[in-house]
Amino acid sequence: MNLSSRHIQAYLLLLPAFVFLVGFTHYPAIATLFDSFMSTPRAGRAPVFVGLENYQVMLEDPVFWKSLTNNLLFALATIPLSMMLAIAMALWVNDKIAGRSFLRMSYFLPTVLPMIAVANIWIFFYTPDYGLINQALQFIGLPSMNFLGDPQLALMAITVVAIWKEAGFFMIFYLAALQTLSPSYREAAQIEGASRWYFFRRIQWPLLMPTTIFVLVNALINAFRMVDHIFVMTNGGPNNASSLLLFYLYEVGFKFWDRGYASALTMVLLAILAAVGLLQFFLLDKRTHYR
Amino acid sequence: MRARTHTTMYASSLTQAGWLGKIGAWLLAIVWILPLVYALWAAFHPAEYATTFSWSAPLTLENFLAAWQAAPFAQYFANTIILVASILAIQLFLCTLAAYAFARYEFVGSNVLFSLVLVQLMVMPEILLVRNYQTLTSLGLVDTLFGIGLPYFASAFAIFLLRQTFKTVPKELVEAAQMEGANTLQILWHVYIPLAKPTYLAFSLVSVSHHWNNFLWPLVVSNSVESRPLTVGLQVFSSADQGIDWSIITAATLLTSAPLLVGFLLFQRQFVQSFMRAGIK
Repeated sequence: MNLSSRHIQAYLLLLPAFVFLVGFTHYPAIATLFDSFMSTPRAGRAPVFVGLENYQVMLEDPVFWKSLTNNLLFALATIPLSMMLAIAMALWVNDKIAGRSFLRMSYFLPTVLPMIAVANIWIFFYTPDYGLINQALQFIGLPSMNFLGDPQLALMAITVVAIWKEAGFFMIFYLAALQTLSPSYREAAQIEGASRWYFFRRIQWPLLMPTTIFVLVNALINAFRMVDHIFVMTNGGPNNASSLLLFYLYEVGFKFWDRGYASALTMVLLAILAAVGLLQFFLLDKRTHYR
Repeated sequence: MRARTHTTMYASSLTQAGWLGKIGAWLLAIVWILPLVYALWAAFHPAEYATTFSWSAPLTLENFLAAWQAAPFAQYFANTIILVASILAIQLFLCTLAAYAFARYEFVGSNVLFSLVLVQLMVMPEILLVRNYQTLTSLGLVDTLFGIGLPYFASAFAIFLLRQTFKTVPKELVEAAQMEGANTLQILWHVYIPLAKPTYLAFSLVSVSHHWNNFLWPLVVSNSVESRPLTVGLQVFSSADQGIDWSIITAATLLTSAPLLVGFLLFQRQFVQSFMRAGIK
């Protein structure tokens, strides 16, 4: 077989997958950039070039800033907390511990359940007066709180659900990594009489660094696309207190049908994801095994 | 396996959690499973026990019946099953071909093209929903199951996983097949695909659970009972707010999750190992 026919074969094998990849990832990303400089077509009027107007609107839009800061807070809370819980879960399940398979099942369970379904159950937990958390609060003599209706608490309530949903998923990656670590590290540490904490901090943690970066990147991406539960629990409210970027993008695009502005908002999300991509490239470039 | 038997010989403070760890592990597990336990409680008991606990509460299936009759869940189930199965079948087909090209062919631009594939790991189709919705409009596919599935037919994750697996297939096996006169596609079918079975299983479980649970894109695309998957159907049902009580909503919630939940409880080991396998690569 000559070289060029091998080439053609390879391209033919790739073609079907690339039709869909380009059609729904690369093309829309570029088209969105152009759309973000155009006005929204309304009542038969074709879109016209408006330059940076959509971005100007964005800068002056308090709901955008609210959603962005909410999203940053959401990321800042969900990422470290779910990762720390994931490591703890993985270490426990990797150890010899009574009821290990129950523990593993319980941690992992939220991963396989639809977010839209479990959010319904969490609503009940948060319900004022007779919800589970408030029953517990009242039992120890504290006043009932309206978690989902209070602007101070709604974002936190949303965040807790996200952590609950994600931690067990990340545990799996840590567990997989822990199980590939050579038992000789453990034996050596044993002989040296190292403590559990010292063994984790000086041996397991550095060896887990590639996993931590992998999980971190996934957690970052998830922090900007986990919005399903908002639809069920708060609808972004009260008064946008629990709105995140993707949720607001949905509202602008499919409730207000403002395509031009929605395209500008999409560009913000794309910029954030591109930054995550660069971060990953930068982190993986460095040798991460030993700092 | 070998590693596990090895460590048991050295069982000591480094393999056994301390009592503090044990308490922490169990407390966390209980908190983690509590939503499901509550859902089971509320769904299988009469409405008056939804918020109060009592050993004498009678069991009932009324809530499931009421939920099933209150919304077209049978149709939603059929929609989700068709959607999930067809997405998976097309993903496996398209991504096998692409992964094979990346793993075993040398061609101009292979690195650039592979980077273009990886972009989809960062930018999922639902991030670009505004533009992708326009694409569906111009194709006349809004409010169809086909339109919901379309953006997911090519999966960067599948291409990536399969490419890694295909690269580990020994050259000798391929050469032996060539000696016997097998052509390129026969080699793919008889050598590569059988050796990649665990990867196919792993990806399939991840794909099925992802698309069973997917919500935002189907919400945007579907607006009739005929095209609505379970997740969107459940949301329409539970947000209708016509005096539907908690017990019925939790019953509907459990119905929606039941196939995945039962599958997970039955094949727990395969599920966990599949997600692990998908993560290591």
